[in-house]
Order: sequence, then C-alpha cells, then structure tokens
Amino acid sequence: MTITETRPRTATPDVRVVRRRLGPGRRIPYAFWVGPILLLAVWSAGSATGLISPAILTAPWDVVVAFGEQWTDHDLLGNILSSLQRAALGLGFGVATGGVLAVVSGLSRLGESLIDGPIQVKRSVPTLALIPLFIAWFGIGQEMKVVTIALISMVPIYVHTHNGLRGIDGKYAELAETLDIGRGEFVRHVVLPGALPGFLLGMRFAVTSSLLGLVVVEQYNATAGIGHMITLAEQYGQTDVIVVGLVIYGVFGYCADSAVRLVGRRVLAWRRTLED
Amino acid sequence: MATDTRGLIAPPAVRVRDLHRSFSESGGVLNGLDLDIAPGEFVALIGRSGTGKSTLLRALAGLDRDVAGYGEIEVPESVSVVFQDSRLLPWRRILDNVVLGVRGPDAAARGQQALSEVGLPGRERSWPFQLSGGEQQRVSLARSLVREPQLLLADEPFGALDALTRIRMHALLRKLCEAHKPAVLLVTHDVDEAVALSDRVIVLDAGVVRADVQVAGRSPVELRSFLLEELEIR
Ligand SMILES: Nc1ncnc2c1ncn2[C@@H]1O[C@H](COP(=O)(O)OP(=O)(O)O)[C@@H](O)[C@H]1O
Ligand SMILES: [Mg+2]
Repeated sequence: MTITETRPRTATPDVRVVRRRLGPGRRIPYAFWVGPILLLAVWSAGSATGLISPAILTAPWDVVVAFGEQWTDHDLLGNILSSLQRAALGLGFGVATGGVLAVVSGLSRLGESLIDGPIQVKRSVPTLALIPLFIAWFGIGQEMKVVTIALISMVPIYVHTHNGLRGIDGKYAELAETLDIGRGEFVRHVVLPGALPGFLLGMRFAVTSSLLGLVVVEQYNATAGIGHMITLAEQYGQTDVIVVGLVIYGVFGYCADSAVRLVGRRVLAWRRTLED
Repeated sequence: MATDTRGLIAPPAVRVRDLHRSFSESGGVLNGLDLDIAPGEFVALIGRSGTGKSTLLRALAGLDRDVAGYGEIEVPESVSVVFQDSRLLPWRRILDNVVLGVRGPDAAARGQQALSEVGLPGRERSWPFQLSGGEQQRVSLARSLVREPQLLLADEPFGALDALTRIRMHALLRKLCEAHKPAVLLVTHDVDEAVALSDRVIVLDAGVVRADVQVAGRSPVELRSFLLEELEIR
C-alpha cells in the first residue's frame, strides 16, 4: 500500500477542520521490519552487555556463525527445503479439506450433522496425542508427517470458514433467490466471497499450526529437516544450532503470516475497515 | 382490466385470490386479499406502517415459504424485486452485481447498456461502497431491468433517499417502465409518489384492499386528498 500526499504542494490555502482520528491511522512505511528489528536489537544489546549469558541464549553473531557452518557443512539449505516442503504439503491438504468441509457443512444441514460433530470431537483431542496412532497406521515416514500437519491445520480453517460463512447476512441469500441463480453460482458469488474474511483468519492460524506440527513430527525418524537438525543438536548439546533452528522457524512463521495478511488486504479491497 | 387489440380481455399478469398470511395465532396480516394486475400496468400500494404491504410483496416474490397462510397466487415467469436497501453484493464490482445470474455471451454488454440507461455509464468497475445511496439504488434498478422482468416488485425503493434524489428517481423509473413495459407493484408510504408514478393506487388496510382507484382522468389534488382520507380512517 502506498501513501499518497493528498495536499497540494502549491501556495493554495488548504484550510480544513479535521476530526481527531480514533482508528489506527495511516500505515507506517517498513512497518513489517520494525518489530523484528527491535527484538533483534534488544537481543544483541543483552548479549553484548552480558545480561543474556551464552548459556541461556546464544548471541546473535554466534548464531550467524553457526548458521554459516550448518549451511556449508551440514546441508542447511536441504534441511530448510525439506521442512518447507513438508509444511507446504500438509498445509495444502489441510486447507483444501478444511475449506471444502466448511462449505459443505455450512450449506447443508445433512452435511453439518455428519461433519460438524466429528470435527468438534477432533478439536478436543490434541493432534499431537494422535501421533502414536498415525505411526501405527502410516509408519514413521513422510505420510505420517504430512497427515499430522494436514489435520492440525485443517481445524482452524474449518472453524473460521464455517463461522464466516454462517455469518453472511441472510439478505444476500434472499437476493440470490430472487435472481434465480443456481447453487453453483450462489456458492461462487455469495458464499465464497462472503466467507473469505473468515477463511483468511483461519489461514493465519493454520500457518502457525502447520509449523507447530512440523516441529513435533520432525522429531520422529526424520533424515532431513529443521526439526531433525534441532534434535541432533540437542543430542550434542549445541545450543547455537538449536537457536539457528528456532530463528528459522520464527522467520518462516512471520513471513507466512505477513503473506496471508498481504493477500487479505488485496482480495478484501471491497471492504473499508480499520485495516486500511 | 386491460383489453388487447381484438377487444378480448388479456389474462392478468398477477392474480391473487383469498390470500391469507399470519405470523402468529392471534391475528392475520393478510385476511383474504384479492388483487389483479394487468400486463404493463403500474400499481402503487399504499397503507399505514404494519398493514402487510411487505408481507404481500414477499408473497408475490416467493420469499415467504416459512409464513403460515393459504390462498392462490399467479405471477409471471420472470419476476424481479427491488428492495429498500439496494442489496448490492459488497464484494462484487458494479457490473458484476448487475449481471449476476444473467446468462448468455452478451451479458456484460447488456449490463453496460442497463447501467447507461440508469445514468451510470463508466461505473462498471467501481465497488458498491464507492457509490452514493441514490446511485446504489439505480444500480439495483439496472440489475432488475437487465433481466427484462414481466413483473417488477419494489418495496419502498426510494424510502431511504432524499427528496431531490427521489424526484429524479421517479422520472427515471417512469422512463424505464415505459421502455420495458413490465407490470409493476410499487409499495410506498408516500401518497404523492403513488399518484405521480402509477396507473392505479391500492390502499391496504387490515389485510384487505380498502380502496382501488384509477389515476387517469382524476385530478391529482382530489385523488391525493381522497387517498389521505382513506389512510386516516381506522
Ligand atoms: N418475520 C416476521 N415475524 C413476525 N412478524 C412479522 C414478520 N414480518 C412482519 N411481521 C408483522 O406483520 C405485520 C405486517 O408487516 P409488514 O408487511 O412488514 O408491514 P408494512 O406494511 O409496513 O410493510 C407487522 O405487524 C409486522 O410486525
Ligand atoms: Mg414494509
């Protein structure tokens, strides 16, 4: 989003009465970087002054060194790609399933009675507690990992899309009925766009959930991936490598979340909210 | 009743017989209402607030499946509704709102044509929130017209507009109805609007038609005071 100067730069007088703004106001340029850089600054200052001892948290520059070592000697890039692929696969399946289930259960009473109950039951069972079962079913290979991540990211997509869908003003459905449009067009023009804000909120949770799932599943017999790297580092007591892994997870999560919000701002251009 | 060129009586566009509708056990909103509207006829429906005007309109539009009642309703194949709020989908651009559900390869062209007819050429790509209330209501008129309905149902379509905009909308609606010739049932609480626009005015009271007067051949002043009197009586 660009900020445009609305006031003319000429000498023409521009006198206006402006109300005190109660919303958050205009966007700050580079707002994306401000929080993380501040965090990094505090971390660096703490390590430099000795307030944060290396035993508690490795200094940022040592993390950079460890990062370099991992990159050259231990195929860090391969680990990152392998983790990303896993998360993306799981997230993709989870989002697709969650979205479809939400629409089916949101639009049909039969679908709701079949789908909604089991999903609520699933919500109250922590997915991570199901891992032993999945290992029994799918083995300890990639399938188990992708299925776990898919399940864990499906739930927020389902809940928020369903909620957004049911929150659509009934007057639009009434309008659609007077226009004699079919189910398909109704879904395409009313249901999906109306549920989109909910879906995008679900997406933010799902992205975070998929990373959470990644951390856990990669502790099981992984031969590559950030979780695998952390597990190894734990065995050899390499705190700096663990922190490298954590930073990478953090960067993943932050970038993914920002991407979802950016997409949200683009596709929700029809709304005027405090976000803009 | 309208007669065709051979002098035969044309079948009405709308035929309602003994229509009953109620929302509670205690009393009906519509109590045995009869109504005929000829093809191309412009009928205004007035009545005090809460007398069942919207209930009748929704029954004709087929939007009252959950309301208790009985009676006979015949309406044409293609019916279009204009609501009091313009009811544009906020997430669809203006042209997409107009042609929503319109089939055929020339849908977009017809939508553009309808938009220029209501005086909004060039606004195809705008979002609904970028239009004023009056402009939004004109878009909703375009959305109805592009379907070329045989019956247009409008429930206080100008109720939320200012007086000046309303007068301009009257002229527009009259022009559009002359061009497209749908039968019209316009609900309004404004007697002047009813007299200015319609061929016939119906006064609804206690769930039945209390008065049914032709506008042609009567002086607007006399008609107006007659209708106001009808509305006053309880
Ligand atoms: N959905 C509803 N549920 C219960 N009562 C309703 C409903 N819709 C309308 N009514 C009642 O029916 C009566 C007629 O309403 P309506 O047709 O909207 O009147 P109006 O002539 O003002 O359009 C009113 O007394 C109203 O309270
Ligand atoms: Mg009403």
